[in-house]
Amino acid sequence: MANLAAVVGIGQTSYTTKREDVSIAGLVREAAVNALEDADLTWNDIDAVILGKAPDMFEGVIMPEVYLTDALGCNGKPMIRVHTAGSVGGSTALVAASHVQSGMFKRVLTVSFEKQSESNAMWALSNPQPFSTHLNAGAGGYFAPIIREYLRRSNAPYDAGIKVAVKDRLHGARNPLAHLQKPDITMQEVEESFMLWDPLRYLECCPSSDGACAMVIADEELAKKSPKPPAWIRGVAMRSEPTMYAGRNEVNPQAGRDCAADVYKQAGVSNPRKDFDCAEVYVPFSWYEPMWLENLGFAPEGEGWKLTMEGATSLDENGDIPWNCSGGVLSSNPIGASGMIRFAEVARQVRGDAGEHQVDGAKLALGHAYGGGAQFFAMWVVGSQKS
Amino acid sequence: MSEEEQEMITKVEAPVYLKYNFTAGSAPTRFLAQIKKGVLAGQRCPKCLAVYIPTRGSCGRCGVPTVEEVELSDKATVQSFTIVSIPIPNNPIEPPFIIANVVPDGANVSFIHLMSECVNEEVHIGQRVQAVWKPEDEWGYSMDNIRYFKPLDEPDVPIELIGKLTVTGEEG
Ligand SMILES: [Zn+2]
Repeated sequence: MANLAAVVGIGQTSYTTKREDVSIAGLVREAAVNALEDADLTWNDIDAVILGKAPDMFEGVIMPEVYLTDALGCNGKPMIRVHTAGSVGGSTALVAASHVQSGMFKRVLTVSFEKQSESNAMWALSNPQPFSTHLNAGAGGYFAPIIREYLRRSNAPYDAGIKVAVKDRLHGARNPLAHLQKPDITMQEVEESFMLWDPLRYLECCPSSDGACAMVIADEELAKKSPKPPAWIRGVAMRSEPTMYAGRNEVNPQAGRDCAADVYKQAGVSNPRKDFDCAEVYVPFSWYEPMWLENLGFAPEGEGWKLTMEGATSLDENGDIPWNCSGGVLSSNPIGASGMIRFAEVARQVRGDAGEHQVDGAKLALGHAYGGGAQFFAMWVVGSQKS
Repeated sequence: MSEEEQEMITKVEAPVYLKYNFTAGSAPTRFLAQIKKGVLAGQRCPKCLAVYIPTRGSCGRCGVPTVEEVELSDKATVQSFTIVSIPIPNNPIEPPFIIANVVPDGANVSFIHLMSECVNEEVHIGQRVQAVWKPEDEWGYSMDNIRYFKPLDEPDVPIELIGKLTVTGEEG
């Protein structure tokens, strides 16, 4: 049986296209210092550091964790680096949580980052392999056909993706840290934006951001002494599946369903739409909202788009289950950090500390990340109460 | 400008090039040796009987090695696709172009390749296509021996049969 653990400090940088004023080390330190200040702690209070980022090819800095030890105050302290592609921010938070839940450490700092302005993600994701043809079409080239298949199966209206793109940017306009600030965005503006990977338009895709996110996770005894309300970790789960196997359901992956079932069981969630007050879910392309609504059991298969269209996931429409109140990945995407931002933002919600994008009285929330060919999943449930 | 007034240099571009020798491993070696001869070779899972291409040497569903080699057709079915319009630096292909997930007859998984000689707006799921190969003297150990897939004048494959046709294009 795992020990109780809680988030006691959260720190983020603002998210933007280019942070030219800081190096990678400066970027991660900024998030870490913000998290320590939020927890009213110093570097000496930290037992170990758990770091995550997307593949090293992105910035071309191999094993950056080694050079970041100074910036993260962990000379002479244990440090671990986590790799799980785009889901890494979530997995990193889970690895950090498990080091406290197991009793190994009392208080850990976890950090994840990406400096996309110093990287070439499109190139890093398209290195040639002789057994497949070299298409150099980016992540959208991989995900757009899966989205097309979702459209065929669900008969969703063509503008459900457009609606998500608008909704998440309106949420992002409430969050001063969000990269895209588009308080006046309209359905028409999204619809008229350039079609990049049919059926995905420019404004239905995430931006490319610099940024870092950090959290301090503490055991029960230390969390009780924390100056701000802790976000209690009520469930943690990771699942993965191969990129390719015969009969694989790429639209509604088995690993995502299994991961959700596991984390819900731990947290005592039987009806996610009813039991959660909000969720932060990894939606880098608009259509992944309705797809994940189904994969995560918020809607029956083929009906996720109905929740989107009804406004159920919108703060501005007083929806019953707001998704991505922070603006989500569609508003900020420092890839390696994007999963941890989801986990941190739900912790902010249950601590009642989410500012203009706070869901009133949020008590229980789901954080979610996915990566690779929609094959790596990381989820946690956090609550304002221990059980 | 005095020294104090100079703007700080915060970034310089310093490209580094790394050249890799790719060691294929046993299963991709067999696939690559066959494609050099203009043959699409898959491998069958001994447990669930699914045929994989390009093979990586095991069945991801059953977790067992695949050994039996199966020669596949270069006729295929479109499982899904996208029309790519994004201009990507150094991309040799001029957008808009079609990327399709195609399942060759006799296989049970799709791979991604280009589609051409088609009207982009008329491409659809279930459409029949066939490989257009480079001239034989240009064949190497590469999937790029196939330049692209082009539409075939054959009836569409019903959704439930995509990925289930035999090597002769019949229901499996
Ligand atoms: Zn099998």
